[in-house]
Order: sequence, then structure tokens, then C-alpha cells
Amino acid sequence: MADFQESESPKRPRTPMKFIIGGLAIVAGIVYLMVSSLGATAQYFLTVDEVVAKERTGELDGRNIRVSGAVLGETINYDIDSLELSFTIANVPADNQLIAEQGGLAQALHDAVMDPNRSRLKILYHGPIPDLLQNEAQAILTGEMLPSGEFLADEILLKCPTKYEGEVPDQISLEGN
Amino acid sequence: MAAEIGFGALFLTLIFSVYGIVAAAYGQKNKSQVWILSARQAMIMVFPLLSVSIAAMLYLLVTNDFQVVYVADVSSRSMPVYLKLTALWGGQAGSLLFWSWLLAGFGSAVALRKWDRDGDLLPWVAIVNLVTLAFFLVLNIFYENPFVRYWQDASGILISFGQPTGALPIFPSDGAGLNPLLRHPGMIIHPPMQYLGFVGFIIPFSFAIASLITRRTDDRWIQISRGWALWAWLFLSLGLVLGARWAYDVLGWGGYWGWDPVENSSLMPWLTGTAYLHAVLIHEKRSMFKEWSMVLIIVTYLLVIYGTFITRSGLLSSVHSFAQSKIGWVFLGFIALTILITVVLLVFRWSGLRSRNVLEKALSREGLIIISVVLFLGLAVAVFLGVLFPILSDAFIHQKVTVGPPWYERIAAPIMGGLLILMVLAPLSAWSIASFKHLGKLLWKPFLVSLVGIALPLWVGMRRWPALIAFWLVAFVLAVNLFEFVRRTRLRRRDDNESWGQALGRVLKRNQRSYGAMFVHIGVVLMALGVIGIEFFQTETQGTLAEGQSLSLASYTMTYQKLDVFDDISSARNVARAVVSVEKDGRVVGELYPRRDFYYDSGQPVTIPGVRSTFADDFYVVLVDWKEITSEGATFKVYNNPLVKWLWVGAWVFIGGVLIATWPAKKRSAG
Repeated sequence: MADFQESESPKRPRTPMKFIIGGLAIVAGIVYLMVSSLGATAQYFLTVDEVVAKERTGELDGRNIRVSGAVLGETINYDIDSLELSFTIANVPADNQLIAEQGGLAQALHDAVMDPNRSRLKILYHGPIPDLLQNEAQAILTGEMLPSGEFLADEILLKCPTKYEGEVPDQISLEGN
Repeated sequence: MAAEIGFGALFLTLIFSVYGIVAAAYGQKNKSQVWILSARQAMIMVFPLLSVSIAAMLYLLVTNDFQVVYVADVSSRSMPVYLKLTALWGGQAGSLLFWSWLLAGFGSAVALRKWDRDGDLLPWVAIVNLVTLAFFLVLNIFYENPFVRYWQDASGILISFGQPTGALPIFPSDGAGLNPLLRHPGMIIHPPMQYLGFVGFIIPFSFAIASLITRRTDDRWIQISRGWALWAWLFLSLGLVLGARWAYDVLGWGGYWGWDPVENSSLMPWLTGTAYLHAVLIHEKRSMFKEWSMVLIIVTYLLVIYGTFITRSGLLSSVHSFAQSKIGWVFLGFIALTILITVVLLVFRWSGLRSRNVLEKALSREGLIIISVVLFLGLAVAVFLGVLFPILSDAFIHQKVTVGPPWYERIAAPIMGGLLILMVLAPLSAWSIASFKHLGKLLWKPFLVSLVGIALPLWVGMRRWPALIAFWLVAFVLAVNLFEFVRRTRLRRRDDNESWGQALGRVLKRNQRSYGAMFVHIGVVLMALGVIGIEFFQTETQGTLAEGQSLSLASYTMTYQKLDVFDDISSARNVARAVVSVEKDGRVVGELYPRRDFYYDSGQPVTIPGVRSTFADDFYVVLVDWKEITSEGATFKVYNNPLVKWLWVGAWVFIGGVLIATWPAKKRSAG
């Protein structure tokens, strides 16, 4: 309680300049870390439409990409001896607002799978088949485009919006090689 | 009937909260003790009232009342009773109800403490508490009502709370069941701990706001709120550790932390909360950086609300959530309003907040601690921007760019390194002014011992220098803490002529917080050991094996013995369980049973790895797939995770340390 009257005390001495500079140096260091790490690790989040469009221009060569779409159940192909997984995804709009207008994510995914005119992308993956990989699941894939026009994923994230809601972790993230 | 009681109690709680807010404000304005007392009584009542609502929900869950939409969504007949109870927080509406209930619990607890001493602060504390509670109750009543039910009329199925005219109730025969991933002991305790940690910060926050409003810039608010904050921080830490443990045990990807937006949103308040606890130390001992503790606790609380918003809104893609929920915007409004009010308060009260003392010397305990505060804050800001990066980049360059775990790791690793160095220096430095000479005297012995941390890995053939530095720092912090412990006990023994045992007990009791902090630091570096192990040295392989075939990784060889596929009727699942025998360096060390459970009610499989855990390393086997009919071959993914057990051991030491620090000591004069 000793400093109860503190606010009325005489002028407060200034913090020496060297500490302010020191503090700023630490902050600058952290900012530098953030910016410099960006180039190597940033991922572009694209829809299937965008991937298909940009792939033609060669814009995606060597880029780390994240793409999301609706899983077509009948295209899932898994060879358990070699752990080679492949499946195709169909374009789902990225805009949450648009998805809400179309009747929610489950409906948007269903529409995407049913519509033969949507752009599609074949996904390749090496590793264990994820538990939640099924028809009309939303897949979020991280990886890069191959010259063949297929997408080589090194991480698969899946959501099945019809089943659960809320905080429950209804996807499994898998890191393969 | 139970649904009506539950909803009625929920509604009544809202009325009590609003009344409490009005009464407290009116009483404060007119200096009327009667009104303030009345507000206090309303605040005492919110917890029992909301308990009725919780009891009603639990009753509905246990009695399988599937007419209630929430019950049908998260529960099913085949679930055991304890899982039905935990389904309370298995979905959105129920979690919010549970959250409000905990919030009400903290509110009622504050209302029950003595009010005569802090009569000026407490009405404001009540107002801040009750406004927050009222906000969550409004969400629960108007947006996410857990008590809405299924009805049917000529037009089809309707969902509403009350019976629509001409509609009849319908009772689904069974529910969808709790997400099988959540049917795990870690997941049963993780959410309540997490919520307690989140909600607990309301108390320090409301005392901070109250002292800003009343212009009471003495240390009273710190004295009261520090203890509450420590408890909240303890629960938040427990929540984080249990979540990590659950991910390791259940998700089957060999890791424990994925820098997912939801994980990050509980890490952020933890980081700023940690920064606050350190800043408070300087505040108390040196009466410096008072404005820092104020700002940090406010930021921590805002991050809590923001974290709930992230979890609930489905704004960002995450492992946890994709409810495209309309409550997102309501939340955003609430956050914006809270930020506005706190910023305005801070601006108007800033001059009164500032401390008279300023930092004089960087090499002092307070100088080093404040650097650690800056580092914690820096990491929190980095995580904050990382989480928001897709949204920011979309807004500025019309391109969604996300940053993944490597980005966070590149930033977190050097910051963690810096914090480890500070953990060596700060506890040994004197307050106000420290000298290199004195520091050197205390440091040289632990330094020599810490060289073991380099020598040992070198000796076993390890040559990666970032890992070597990390091991050395870990050893250094451990050595410093052990030496300090012995030194202080010895001093005590010499001064008071006591036995070692007596001296140790006295030392621990005399300075609970400081020794608690030492244990926390020891726990942190042990955890760091596990992190280093898995980040630098994790190896993995995979293969498809016929019965009797083997697969080798590191010093282990696993042999696939057989696969049992059977129905587990009692929990309505189909279990595929592989039997794998494990040899280490050619010696049989046991069997593992990696399995895959398929839950019929939710139609979802869960992969549970078989893990052999030792202090040297974990051998972690995932059953990936098997040939259905012949059951001749099965595919496994196998990980070797060196040192990861230290992560969990360290976590318990850490929690133990926090408990030592929080445990109510004999009444001190300040309390």
C-alpha cells in the first residue's frame, strides 16, 4: 500500500534510451523472423477452380499450395501394399457467405459432387488412408502440383460437416511423406 | 418437462444477471448500500440457478430424451452413462451452456467473499462479471439453445423449443452418438480444464477494470487478482497438456501439437497470461511496469474471448471446428465493444497507472524478467498474426495465404532458446542491480555441470548443432535450479541450525511462490527435452506385413503376429486389433495392440496406436489397414519418438510447481 499516492508524485523519470532501443531490437528481431520465414513456408490457399486456371499459366510451379474441395467417393483408390492413395476432388466455393446461401457446407459439398461440370483435380498421396476420407467429405490438401497436372499432397485434412458440429475435432490431420 | 425446467432456469439466470447489473450500477451511482447488497445477492444466485439448467440437461442426456435436438446430436443409447454426462460439452450449444455455468460459478464465488474491505471495487467487478455472463446467456437462449426439440406437423419436421400449433413431438429412436474421437479419458477432462482456464481469467480482468474505473491505482487489484490468475493459468496449462496428450494417444500421427488455429487460440492467452504472471512479479517487488500488468491481463482476457470466437465461429479451417455458425458476428461485436471500452479506459487512466520507478539497469532481475515478458508477448503476437494470416492476406492481396507449422517453429525455436537463457540468468540475478561478478560466482559450477548436456549427446554420436545447443541449455537450467535449491537449503540449515529435512521443508513453506516457480522452470525444461527429441530425432517407416513378418526402425523390430476383428457389443463398435511383438536390440520387450475401432452409431473409425514408452524413446505403431477377407496382411506405420516421455513427465512437474505456488499458504498480512 506504500505507493497509494503514487499518481500524485512528482515527475516520473524517463526510461533510459538504451532500454527503449534494446526493446525495439528484440521486437525487430521477432518481426524479422516472421517475415523471413514467410517466403519458405507460406502456402497459397486456392480453390480447385483457381488451381486449374493458374496451373495453365505455370504460376504454381514449385509453390506450396493448399487446396480444398469435395471428395468424390467412387474415385478413392488405395493400394495398401504401397500405401499409394489417389482420389479426385471437385470445386467448392471458398466464400463462406456463398456456402451459407447455398444451404450450408454439407449442401455445398453434395452439390459439388453431383455436378459433373465442376472443375476437378486428382490428388495423389503416399501414406496411411485417413479415417474420414469418404464421399462428400471436405478435403483440405497441402502439397504441390506435378507436371502431369495432378496434385501431390503431403498433408490431408478432412471434414465431414454433416456429422458433427461445434468444438469436436472431427478431422484428423495426417502428415505423410 | 426437464427441458422446460432447464430452459426456464436459463432464462431466469439471465433476468437475475440483468437485474444485478442494473442494481449494482444504480447502487454505485447513488451510493446506496441496499442496492449494492441486492446486486450481490443476485450474483450469488446465478450459479445455483444455472446449476438447475445443467442438471436438467444432464437428466435429458442420461434418460436418452432424443426429442431434444442436442441430445440426439451428441448422445446415443449405446453410450455408457459417464460418456452421456460428458456429452454435455460434446457439442456447440452444450459447451456454451457449460461455459456459462463455470462463468456463473466464478461470479458467485466472488459474490460470496467478504465485501466490506473492497466495497468500492466490488460493484464494478460484479457488473463486468454479470455483463459477460449475460452475453453468454443471450447466446445460449437466442442463438444456440440446447433445449430446442423436434416436432412434426403436416409440413414436415420442425425444430423449436415450444410446441408449434398443430405439431406433435417426435422422438428419434436413437441419437448420433458422441464423436468417437472424444471417447477418450484425455478428452473427457481436457474441455473442462480448458474452459476453467479460459473462464477463470474473468476475475482478474474484472478487478483490473474495476480499479481502472474507480481510479484506484494502488496494488489492491493485483493482490486480489494474482491468485485467481494463477489458478486460471494452472487450468489453462492443464488443458493444453491434456489436449496434447490426447492428440498423441488418439490421433495416430505421431505428434502432439499441430499449430492449428484452435490450439493456437488457447496458446495465445496462455502466453500473455505467462507474461502477466512475470510482470506482476516486478510490479510487486519493485513497483515497476504496473501499466504492463494491467495491459497484459486485459489482453489475456480479450484473447480468451477471441479464442472462444475462433473455436465457435468456423471462421478459420481447423481440426476442431467447422460449425458455420451465426454466432460469429455476435461474438465479433462483443469483442469489438470490449476492446473499445478497455482502450478508452486505459487512455483516460494512463497517467495514473504509470509507475514512478523506471528500469535502471538491464542486468537486474527485473531487467531480465521484462525481456522474458517481451519474448512471451512477441510469440503471442506472432501466433496471433499467423492465425489471422489467411484473412489478412485475403484482404490485402486478394489471395489466401496460410502459414503452417514450419513457420511457427522457426519463430518459436529461437524465442524458446532466449527464454531458456533467461531462465538461467534471471533467478540468480539480484533485484534492482546485479553484477557480472556476483552472477559469475553463482554460475560457474552449474555451467560446468551443464557441459554434460553437450558431452553426453556428442558421446553417443549426435552431431546436430541446434540440438546440441538446445540440450546444453536444458542441462544449464536444470543445473542452476538444483544448485539454487541446495544453496538455499544449506543457508537455512546453517542459519537456523536445522537438519536437512527440516530445512528443506521450511524453505519450501517459507517461499512457496519462488519454489513453485523453480519447479515450473524445471518442468518446462524437461518438456523442452521431449520437444527436442520429437522435433529433431523422430524417425518413421511403414510397411505391409504378412503374419510373422517383421519391420525394423531404430533399435526396434516389430513382428506382426495376428489380427483379431470382433464386435464389441457393449459400446457398439467393431474392433480390429493387431497383435505385434516388439524386440529392442534383439531382446523381446513386449507386445503392442494398435487398433482401429469402427463406431456404428456415428459411422466413424478411430485409430488408436500401440505405444511402448520409455524415458529413452517411444515406439509408436499405427494400424493403417488390413486385407479384409484373408486377414493375411496388415499395413503399419511406425514412429520412433526419442525422449518424448519427458514431455509428459515435465508437464506433471510443471503442474506440481504451479500447485506449490498457488496452494493457499497461512494467511499473510497482505491477503
